[in-house]
Amino acid sequence: MFARIIEEAPTFFTYYNGLLLMEAMAATFMLSAVGCVIGFGAGFFLAVARRTTSLGLLPLRVSTFGFVEAFRRIPFLVTLMLVFFIFEIVKIDISLFSVALISVCLIATAFIAEIIRGGLESVHQTQWDTAAAMNFSLAQTLIYVIMPQAWKIILPPVFSFFILFIKDTALASQIGVVELTYAGKILNNKGFSAALVFGSILVLYFVISYPLARFGVWMESRLASSRNR
Amino acid sequence: MHHLEIVDLKASYGDLPVLEQISLTVDKGEIVCLIGPSGSGKSTLFRVLMGLLPPAVGEVRLDGQAIDYGNKKAVRAIRDRFAIVFQQYNLFQNMTVLQNVTVAPVKVKKSKAAEVEREAKELLAKVGLADKLKSYPDELSGGQQQRVAIARALALRPEILLLDEVTSALDPELVNEVLDAIRLLAAEGMTMFIVSHEMGFVREVSSKVVFMADGRVVEVGSPNQIFDNPREVRTREFVGKILRH
Repeated sequence: MFARIIEEAPTFFTYYNGLLLMEAMAATFMLSAVGCVIGFGAGFFLAVARRTTSLGLLPLRVSTFGFVEAFRRIPFLVTLMLVFFIFEIVKIDISLFSVALISVCLIATAFIAEIIRGGLESVHQTQWDTAAAMNFSLAQTLIYVIMPQAWKIILPPVFSFFILFIKDTALASQIGVVELTYAGKILNNKGFSAALVFGSILVLYFVISYPLARFGVWMESRLASSRNR
Repeated sequence: MHHLEIVDLKASYGDLPVLEQISLTVDKGEIVCLIGPSGSGKSTLFRVLMGLLPPAVGEVRLDGQAIDYGNKKAVRAIRDRFAIVFQQYNLFQNMTVLQNVTVAPVKVKKSKAAEVEREAKELLAKVGLADKLKSYPDELSGGQQQRVAIARALALRPEILLLDEVTSALDPELVNEVLDAIRLLAAEGMTMFIVSHEMGFVREVSSKVVFMADGRVVEVGSPNQIFDNPREVRTREFVGKILRH
């Protein structure tokens, strides 16, 4: 097998194949990065929204709950199709990449909202009450009291979700988005050996996810020590 | 006019009524102690006063002005004037002793950091913790944590200090250090509203004792009256049980 790989390598690692792989990697990276960032921001908002108590915000709480519970249960592929066909039905012309982008954001938001909710719940209610009794606003309570104690519960599962999520973006290939997995299929169909093609794809996925994992470890050491020394 | 006046207050947790009908007053400089069996609603009354549990019926008046607990601004104003110390201390676990005391004045009241810190150090020295400024709550004993909580409440410069069973989570040998801190405040004329099971202490410091049972005020009187000559049967039974051992 190795002999064949070595033999094929010069014809495989050409400028155009490289370009295809780089573009595909950029697509995978964008889908993952945007999904993670938007998902974290929106997920945080939803998690906090679920902790509000005022009667006026009840519709917000109910819809948040509905959104999170629904999108955590629908398979990624189905979400992708759903978004795809909704845009078909309302006849709005958007690129396949945008469809994939919207889908990853929806999924990431739902999952991360639940992880963050767990983190917020892990801080005892008395800490919230004490802050409230001292006139902390919701934002102040979160920033000074709750989040410093919740990070250590939130960060590990959030980063393991991120890593899983990078791999899940491969499903975007099912609607024709050229990301890493799809690029692999293209090259494989061109006749390059699967070992060489998917070996390269594997390395590229690793290149994206490994720094993220390291970043996660760094964030944990910074934020999730039991104290903010 | 009373400083704090509670009139026919009722409150419940969902369908469970906890406060049936509470009426009592606290005047400036007074130390009012609430006693009564557990489950009688003493802590709940404090939660209502702090705006952590909305009252169902009744009124709380401060300097004659009724407080609207449905109004966020009014609740904030109340929390500016009251401070509470909880049974379980509830120090912010992620902050040092000094940060626990300074965070609210600096971040919420926007007071000058240097001034707040100087005052916080004085308060901590007063409760005997001048050497623990940089410690974290989990490095302190219960008694030390509770004294930090008292200093933290005082840093808010409250008009009335609410102390909710501040010694009941402590080991017996740590109770006195906390009571001493409160005695010091009493001597300075701080208005305090105290829930306590330390009957000797209640008798010693309070200007007025309120006996509560089943969400109602059963009897109000001077310490001597409540402990030596209770008028109500329930008070007599409770006091008798407590003082027997």
